Amino acid sequence: MWLVVPLLLLSGCDAALIDPAGQVGQGLRSLIFTAFALMMIVVIPVIIMTILFAWRYRQTNLAAKYTPNWEHSTIIEVFVWFIPLVIIVFLAIITWQTSHQYDPHNPNSVTENPEEVMEIQAVSLDWKWLFIYPDLNIATVNEVAFPVDQPVRFQVTSGTVMNSFMIPTLGSQIYAMAGMDNDVYLESDREGVFRGRSTNYSGRGFSQMLFDARVTSEQEFQQWVQQVRQSPDTLTYPQEYEALAEPTVAHPVEYFSQIAPHLYQDILNRFRGGPSDGNHGNHGREQNHSSDQAHAMSAQAAE
Amino acid sequence: MFGKLSLDAIPFHDPIVMSVAVVIAIGGAAVVAGVTYFRQWGYLWREWITSIDHKKIGIMYFLVAIVMLIRGFSDAIMMRSQQAIAAGGAEGYLPPHHYDQIFTAHGVIMIFFVAMPMVIGLMNLVVPLQIGARDVAFPFMNNLSFWLFAAGVILVNVSLVVGEFAMTGWLAYAPLSGIEYSPGVGVDYWIWALQISGIGTTLTGINFFVTILKMRTKGMTMFRMPIFTWTALCANVLIIASFPILTATIAMLTLDRYLGMHFFTNDMGGNMMMYVNLIWAWGHPEVYILILPAFGVFSEVIATFTKKRLFGYKTMVWATVGITVLSFIVWLHHFFTMGAGANVNAFFGITTMIIAIPTGVKIFNWLFTMYRGRIQFTSPVLWTIGFVITFTLGGMTGVMLAVPGANFVLHNSLFVIAHFHNVIIGGVVFGMLAGLTYWFPKAFGFKLDETWGKRSFWFWQIGFYFAFVPLYILSFDGAVRRMQSYEQTEWQPLMFVALFGAVLILFGILCLIMQLFVSVRDRHKNRDLTGDPWDGRTLEWAAHSPPAFYNFAHLPEVHSIDPFWEKKQQPGGYKRELSTHYEDIHMPRNTTEGPILSLFSLIFGFAMVWHIWWLVAVGIIGMFVTFMFRIFNDDTDYYVPAAEVERIEREYHEKLGMQA
Repeated sequence: MWLVVPLLLLSGCDAALIDPAGQVGQGLRSLIFTAFALMMIVVIPVIIMTILFAWRYRQTNLAAKYTPNWEHSTIIEVFVWFIPLVIIVFLAIITWQTSHQYDPHNPNSVTENPEEVMEIQAVSLDWKWLFIYPDLNIATVNEVAFPVDQPVRFQVTSGTVMNSFMIPTLGSQIYAMAGMDNDVYLESDREGVFRGRSTNYSGRGFSQMLFDARVTSEQEFQQWVQQVRQSPDTLTYPQEYEALAEPTVAHPVEYFSQIAPHLYQDILNRFRGGPSDGNHGNHGREQNHSSDQAHAMSAQAAE
Repeated sequence: MFGKLSLDAIPFHDPIVMSVAVVIAIGGAAVVAGVTYFRQWGYLWREWITSIDHKKIGIMYFLVAIVMLIRGFSDAIMMRSQQAIAAGGAEGYLPPHHYDQIFTAHGVIMIFFVAMPMVIGLMNLVVPLQIGARDVAFPFMNNLSFWLFAAGVILVNVSLVVGEFAMTGWLAYAPLSGIEYSPGVGVDYWIWALQISGIGTTLTGINFFVTILKMRTKGMTMFRMPIFTWTALCANVLIIASFPILTATIAMLTLDRYLGMHFFTNDMGGNMMMYVNLIWAWGHPEVYILILPAFGVFSEVIATFTKKRLFGYKTMVWATVGITVLSFIVWLHHFFTMGAGANVNAFFGITTMIIAIPTGVKIFNWLFTMYRGRIQFTSPVLWTIGFVITFTLGGMTGVMLAVPGANFVLHNSLFVIAHFHNVIIGGVVFGMLAGLTYWFPKAFGFKLDETWGKRSFWFWQIGFYFAFVPLYILSFDGAVRRMQSYEQTEWQPLMFVALFGAVLILFGILCLIMQLFVSVRDRHKNRDLTGDPWDGRTLEWAAHSPPAFYNFAHLPEVHSIDPFWEKKQQPGGYKRELSTHYEDIHMPRNTTEGPILSLFSLIFGFAMVWHIWWLVAVGIIGMFVTFMFRIFNDDTDYYVPAAEVERIEREYHEKLGMQA
């Protein structure tokens, strides 16, 4: 009950999870509300009973019935097992369905046509986000853009410690882990600039590990791509990547008009080599071998 | 000579740390001077430090816990004030280097060095009395457990002044805690503090498991054990099963850091997901190690103060056992967002929710114990009622987090912080403070002051809601845990409310300290020698207050769940009388090996942190030699002559007569 009031207050404002954009965020919001409502079936009676019993059976109220040796009632016992059980069965069914429907790896969480999904790769570095557009051959730091109503698959990994990739307004987060190829499907049905961040503590620059997700019209997105393409900066591998990967805090937005051809895979493979000469940039012959291994090690395979 | 240790390790430039250090130094010097002046070293050594008396060990655990509560709370209020300031580009007064140590230390201290010692302290004090035993199964090991725990406490506090503490979060997730990303000594302090105290905890688990199974008095079948003992049994099963996982995980992290191995590193085949799985395979049972005994306390308190049998004893037991088993198959809910896939997530989400069923049953059973009772609103009852309401809400938010879909947006947010404080403050802390008030007269022979106890309750209870409801709300706008600063100025007002809540809790703690002070001052007024100040139901109330060191001159015999209550209900009632015949009592002797071995473990841990290898050798050899001394020491027990028992009993009855 303490929570209902603030939640109602919030529903009037624009808190990210209360006013989400896109199917995932909206679906998860109603899931949270449903779970909350189901729980209230038990929580409210418990709170009322606590206050009521405490008051009615206070020591000074000699009018109330007193049964010092009463310790068992089959009917009550059946009820106290049965009611939580029924609620949990309901919740379990919902859980099973939504866990599949909103599985971050499930393209159907955002689209019925997986063909139309746009690929963006997100790499967490100390302490900034690198976004790679493999099909456009461009990359950015701390800013990502995509068109409204465009389903996006974010492939997520880390060039450093564990982070978690999240744009609260759009919904689900997913861990970014070195050498692991994770992914999350997101989509926005509304234009706007949404703040994204790492939610998993990763060291001293963690609090400023923020980025802007710019959701724009198709036309504005194309303009943005042109803007990135006009940047004089490029991102080669390993030299320029390694320079970028050096720890920085509150890194400014950067655009790269040209990038190394298999940048994301290279970053993944840095951590998949096994014993080598310690030079992470070494990925000649070993690469094919390690990308098989890579597949086996993808986080999805943990299933 | 001194490894990595040099004068640079002491943060002279940091005014906060240095002023704390000065206060600790002055306080420590005052204690040492006081003990020396009053010539109490011998008393301390004989009666406390080397004691194997479970009651004294329990009291020492609780004392350390309260001291560490103050340390852990200082961290909390520093975090809350930092977050109240550091909005919209403001840096606040704690730079990340300091802030990150504080939230790590807060978590580590509150769980390992406040909640755990409270739970273990209460088990020590109460369990042998409840089962009608004279001590625990392995009294030496009990002393050793305490001192190993104390060595861990000292290491954590040394890290404040010499060097630094971990900046990794309380569970030190790899690879952040690996040598590549955390080259300093902070994680090493974390490792050795937890490793040494963790071994103490494992020994405690074994000790109490055996004690409860083998040392129950005549007639006390499993299903006549008091509920607190049942919950303690289950908690100890969990300790035995889960703490070795922690020990092994930390050992692997140690190998990574010290010998360049690659269990949890990013590369060379290391797997950080394994670390996260292992640490939570321990971490989730750990929270049930804390909460189950708290459930036990509430069961005892509510039955005693409603003057009524506990409703559904058997259901309570089976619910506890059910929670014990289930707690081992839910650990993945701490990282649904790792990407395991829908089937795995759904499985662990559902197993987690299932725990809500036995827990809900327990809540209803407490309510139906109150139903048609005669409730005395003592402070333990206030803590219990506060618990039922607060914990129900915390359980609800816990089930919400257990739904993987909801977790995808709530994970790592302040919602998680609010949830676990909701259940740990509302459950464990309330339970332990209820237990403290409830069993204090048993331990010391006088009651705690009720006025200050109730004030403490109200400050804690109201403070809790002010401190954590804002965090629930902020989480819906994407506020995450462990932020040293944030850009959204619209979060600031709620952060101030949360700070206000923390200040209220501060008053709750001050009232608690005041309660202890006032009660000791007025101890003659609050004296209770009857041994049964609350009209209790179970065996511990049949013993003296404080109990003789052998607990019971004659071991009691039990025929029901509430043996002492039944005895008092017999026609003519119950009267404490001197027996006509006493027997020799077999008791363990005090030990010097426990504290000495632990001192060497402390030296070992400190030397490992700083890579002072010769001192490491000193520590290892010292531990080994002390252990050998113990092994070849045949003089570990003795008989208290019947005449001595009779003298003690007579003296007690004379006092009792005088009081009457």
